[in-house]
Amino acid sequence: MSLAVLDYGAGNQTSVLRALNFLGIAGKVTASAADLFPASGIIFPGVGAAGQAMHRLAGTGLDAVLRELVVIGKPLLGICLGCQILLEFSEEGDTDTLGIVPGRCRRFSPDLRDENGDPATIPHMGWNACLGGGSGRLFRGIAPEAEFYFVHSYYVEPEPELVLARTRHGQEFCSAYGRDGLWAVQFHPEKSGRAGLRMLRNFYEYCAETGAERGTC
Amino acid sequence: MLSKRIIPCLDVRNGKLTKGIKFQGNVDIGDPVAVARRYYEEGADEIVFYDITASAEERGIFLDVVERVAENIFIPFSVGGGLSSVADMRAVLLAGAEKISVNSAAVRNPGLISEGAEAFGSQAIVVGMDVKQVPKRREVPSGYEIVIQGGRRFMGIDAVEWAARCEALGAGELCVNSIDADGTREGYELTLTRAVVEAVRIPVIASGGAGSPRHMLEALTQGKASAALIASIVHYGEHSIGELKSYLDAHGCKVRPPA
Repeated sequence: MSLAVLDYGAGNQTSVLRALNFLGIAGKVTASAADLFPASGIIFPGVGAAGQAMHRLAGTGLDAVLRELVVIGKPLLGICLGCQILLEFSEEGDTDTLGIVPGRCRRFSPDLRDENGDPATIPHMGWNACLGGGSGRLFRGIAPEAEFYFVHSYYVEPEPELVLARTRHGQEFCSAYGRDGLWAVQFHPEKSGRAGLRMLRNFYEYCAETGAERGTC
Repeated sequence: MLSKRIIPCLDVRNGKLTKGIKFQGNVDIGDPVAVARRYYEEGADEIVFYDITASAEERGIFLDVVERVAENIFIPFSVGGGLSSVADMRAVLLAGAEKISVNSAAVRNPGLISEGAEAFGSQAIVVGMDVKQVPKRREVPSGYEIVIQGGRRFMGIDAVEWAARCEALGAGELCVNSIDADGTREGYELTLTRAVVEAVRIPVIASGGAGSPRHMLEALTQGKASAALIASIVHYGEHSIGELKSYLDAHGCKVRPPA
């Protein structure tokens, strides 16, 4: 029973692994389909640019592997860039992305103003809350006022019925989306203190339950 | 809405904290990992580590500290002190830091900022600026000049212009340290802080001079900083991070609720 952290040279996979280790969850950073298919769940992290990430995924065939994992119902959690490129298109470099979830990733407007009327900082970097708390079992046990650590200049626009949380930075944007077994968050749970660790544990527990039902552990 | 961040700063030499840190309770006050863990649990939003000596052999010990920190705290942290090449930056990031802070090396070689931003992304590059107030002159129209070597060497560079240049080169964040205010405990340099904030779009951390919760409030409201760097105000046990956050919250400054 372990989680696979997808390694495609995109930065924060080691941070995610450290958080799993701290929680006592077996995890492995891997780029191998032989590790990904038997895993109870996949964490799809990422820091950097959409175009470069897609180039790496396509070059290694991991784009097709990811699509197949989702088709067979393998639980998946996208983080930050992973959250963005699960959608169909990103305005970052006008990049066609994985298309696993309907929606687009858009750039924050340079005209964005904060609550004081000052130009809003871009990237949106720092701690921010999910308005009214997030919904779905990923947020189970997390206080509605809990905050998460964000670093991003683009925001996701998935189909409205998939939105699980919204956050305000000059404008409201979607900060978490998905459905049971396929989730994505714009923030970094591995760097979001106790609330973030709880979210990773919630994901793991879902994977453990569904894996036990299917007998794949 | 973004919360204002509270960032304790720890100076590390040879794997130990250099300044005495006084805590109630059983924390080994010489161990940076234990102290970082303590601040993390109290609700620090980020932590900064400065490697004070950065000789080659002590660098290895310091990287070991960075790794142990990364295994024990789950908030972002940055590392500065003696980083002067992309290879230095890479070593610290691989050890688990989110951000690297460059200061005098960037003044001497501004290309370091763009090289770092290209290699690791702007979000990973913080430029620390040491600044002294001087009479206004042609090269320093704001009256704030960039200094290095702890303020002993004046560089003939205007601090506000340098801030904008750092942003253009790809810095993701600026830490503005007033050498005049540093260590006085009489408050941050608010005019300088605000001038830099208004010259750039990236977040600015105010540094130098915090002696009371009120000073932090001023830096985050009048100074318009995104974050306040603190040291002695928490290291000597006068205030906990939680108390500081309660104070800021009670005065209308949005902070992340203590975890």
